[in-house]
Amino acid sequence: MTLSTAPRKVRAPGQELRRPAAPGRRRSVVLWPYLLIAPTVLGVVFLLVYPLLRNVQLSFQNFGLAELIRGGAEFVGFDNYRELLTGQEFWDVVQRTLIWTTVNVVLIVALATLVALMLQRLGRTMRILVMSALALAWATPILAATTIFQWLFASRLGVVNWVLVQLGFESYEGYSWFADGTATFSILVILVVWQSVPFAAITIYSALTTVPAEIYESARLDGASDWRMFRSLTVPILRPIFGLVLCLEVIWVFKCFPQIWVISEGGPNDATTTLPVYAYQVAVSQQHYDLQAASSTITVLLLAVILFVYLRQLFRQEGEL
Amino acid sequence: MNPRAQLRRLPLNLAALAVFVVTIFPVYWMTSTAFKPSGDINADTPVFVPTSLTLEHFRTAVAADGFGTFWRNSLFVTVTAVLLALLIAMGAAFAVARLRFRGKRGFVLMVFIAQMAPWEAMLIPVYIIARDTDLLDRLAMLTLLYFIFTLPFTIITLRGFLAAVPVELEEAAQVDGCTRLGAFRRVTFPLLAPGLLATSLFGFITAWNEFAFANMLIVKNQEDRTLPVWLSSFSNTFGTDWGATMAASTLFALPVLILFLVLQRRVTTGFVSGSVKG
Repeated sequence: MTLSTAPRKVRAPGQELRRPAAPGRRRSVVLWPYLLIAPTVLGVVFLLVYPLLRNVQLSFQNFGLAELIRGGAEFVGFDNYRELLTGQEFWDVVQRTLIWTTVNVVLIVALATLVALMLQRLGRTMRILVMSALALAWATPILAATTIFQWLFASRLGVVNWVLVQLGFESYEGYSWFADGTATFSILVILVVWQSVPFAAITIYSALTTVPAEIYESARLDGASDWRMFRSLTVPILRPIFGLVLCLEVIWVFKCFPQIWVISEGGPNDATTTLPVYAYQVAVSQQHYDLQAASSTITVLLLAVILFVYLRQLFRQEGEL
Repeated sequence: MNPRAQLRRLPLNLAALAVFVVTIFPVYWMTSTAFKPSGDINADTPVFVPTSLTLEHFRTAVAADGFGTFWRNSLFVTVTAVLLALLIAMGAAFAVARLRFRGKRGFVLMVFIAQMAPWEAMLIPVYIIARDTDLLDRLAMLTLLYFIFTLPFTIITLRGFLAAVPVELEEAAQVDGCTRLGAFRRVTFPLLAPGLLATSLFGFITAWNEFAFANMLIVKNQEDRTLPVWLSSFSNTFGTDWGATMAASTLFALPVLILFLVLQRRVTTGFVSGSVKG
């Protein structure tokens, strides 16, 4: 303050300008944030970091049912990884996982974009109607939805078969979807897309609504065509949100487990065995916990790459942490 | 609107109608099957509008072995986990949004990573940890897990909501003689309440849905199973009694759907500010 007239000590070079606070008070100010975040850090360390490290450890051990019960697993180096990576089965699973992820994510993002663009153009009543339907589908619990789809595609009395027969596809009379690999795969894709589109659509739609309508109007006044406006206005606006939705969906679809497990347990003939399902099979049915750990570690590494891209995009968009 | 403009909008509205039908039909089919008499369900031509309504299937589902117990288990685990997450997240979110401290960036990064963590990949280590800490077959372990599943998201969302409350409001209260905690409780917390509700819904859905760990960690003690696991093995319980199965699914979906309808407006906002804007 300019009013203080008392002569001040000259500050030594490098000395802090800040006034030293009373020691007790200052301490408590510094401690508070750490106390507040401590439970979170502890929880993450105990339930995320520790299991992850334990998983890596398992993947370098010979760990089967005997070791699970008695303990005393021996270190085997890269044997588990070698066994996984040299076998054809694992690569089939990886390939299937990539196909599964690509098909789902492309469908989800494409459909969600179309729905979002549609929502933007709808009248009020129609929009509320569609939004409510989306919200309802989104809120339906995963396992309830899974059960519903089993019923929709049931071979006897299933409504899908009935519709197909009505449309003239007589061969679907009593067709059992879950006996065929491709059919089961397709049903799972439909299920996951049905469950995921609402979130993506509403997110993209919200991004669209952040653009003031005046911008579109003035573009139209300047003579821009619909396509031109889409390309030069909508796409650039959507790009960051697009990146985020894309990464989120990739991670979610990649990790997707309960739907597949409940409907097909990875069958028939492994047609729906993606990486998470494979890991579960290896662990629960074959008790090869070491192989499961190796496969999980590879999964985690793959996901880490996607996660890195996602976080970079997120923070670039946020600007600050 | 003149007829020609209406005609031009027809394809758009038809598309909207198609989206509406495809989106809503599975949910409609679940509830209508649950309320239909068995005669309608077993008809060769599907009955789209039930001839009459019955609670028979709900009676079957509720009377089924352990349904009540599992329902209670699920509710207990979910609610406890969500409340715990809210409590802990509030502190963490407050620290991140309002206080300055070293390591904040690192902490936020950790939370974001934890939010996307591949939990399913850690079934076996978590199983071993649960066994070694004597938490196998206990609802406490599930509660703890669901708490940590929902915690990162809750922190991120609450941090967003907190940042939206001007810090000046708190400072004004402090000038008027409130303690910092008092200012938070009296001024910020009421403003935060809608955010808390929306956030808790997301946590609720995550925990209510969880299947892989519930299936893996509750093995011997069947009494402690949760609804998703029970629902997944419905065929053992009901064979092909689709009426009862759909009634059970409806009962399973009910808490989420009710919460959702009640909170819908706030939730759509939370949707966006929570998971995307961070």
